[in-house]
Amino acid sequence: MSAIPTPTERRGAGSRLWFLGLAVTLLLAVVASSYASDDPDGLEKVAADEGFRASAEDHDLAASPLSDYAVEGVADDGVSLALAGGLGVALTLLAGGVVFWTARRRSAPDRLP
Amino acid sequence: MHIPDGFVNAGTSLAVGGVALGTVGVALRRTREVLGERQVPLAALTAAFVFAVQMLNFPVAAGTSGHLMGGVLAAVLVGPWAGALCITVVLAVQALLFADGGLTALGLNVVNLGLVGALGGYVVFAGLRTLLPSGRVSVPAAAGLAAFASVPMAAAAFTIELAIGGNVDVAIGDVALAMLGTHVLIGIGEALITTTAVGAVLAARPDLVHGAAADDVRLELRPAVSTSVG
Repeated sequence: MSAIPTPTERRGAGSRLWFLGLAVTLLLAVVASSYASDDPDGLEKVAADEGFRASAEDHDLAASPLSDYAVEGVADDGVSLALAGGLGVALTLLAGGVVFWTARRRSAPDRLP
Repeated sequence: MHIPDGFVNAGTSLAVGGVALGTVGVALRRTREVLGERQVPLAALTAAFVFAVQMLNFPVAAGTSGHLMGGVLAAVLVGPWAGALCITVVLAVQALLFADGGLTALGLNVVNLGLVGALGGYVVFAGLRTLLPSGRVSVPAAAGLAAFASVPMAAAAFTIELAIGGNVDVAIGDVALAMLGTHVLIGIGEALITTTAVGAVLAARPDLVHGAAADDVRLELRPAVSTSVG
């Protein structure tokens, strides 16, 4: 391997980094999420303290199978959360991929790969 | 918790929704100018990463938690416009699939986290970079400080929306104080996570950090190195 990475080597290194990033992302969503604080977040706490928490309407899509980061039909709470996290990462990756693919720069065909 | 339906009335939600739509439209156009094909996976991964970290509530005060917003993180990695789109994608997935964040409130959340948080936060980042001495540390440092500021900025935006169109009977001054206080604390967490993440990517592949691209690159012409043959 030459001291200066070839374009192919750099692309390989980029892919490795991407998969490492994906692994970290999944680890966070699937494992670390179980350790997240259960306390209400800033907005919810302020709403509760200031007396307008109850004004929140039920969510129109509360019947969604992934509602509240729990997978419908999965009995174990921990597994349910982990699964929801994993699915969420996958779905966001997919949605993001679609959005950014359609939003990408269209250029003239590359002169070089 | 993102803003649920019911806090802000329909009229204000709709108007802010219009602003959100406009922002997304501009973001799509601007992103088209800069996002190459090869950067699509990074942008998509950034969105997924923001989703994951938004699940990780951390304690900030008695009985209160915070979670990452991710606007500055995304903006520094993939640019302000793509960053705003990342946040929008995350919010849409959360509202549509996880019942996190109201549907009519989606515009409010997009404006607060995407426009104010990501785009506004990036403006702070860019400003700080002109002030800080250049060098490897300045990008994560500026990102951290901008991230810290972006959270109370977003909280202030919500308070304004509540003041204009709140469906609720509250003393806005009290709400403002409480929101800012809590979100200054949450901003500390945001800063730490952002600095760490940006620093990590910067250490591995600085060319992947949009916010570092402004660094001066000095090219030198050197005589060709002769290679000995056989």
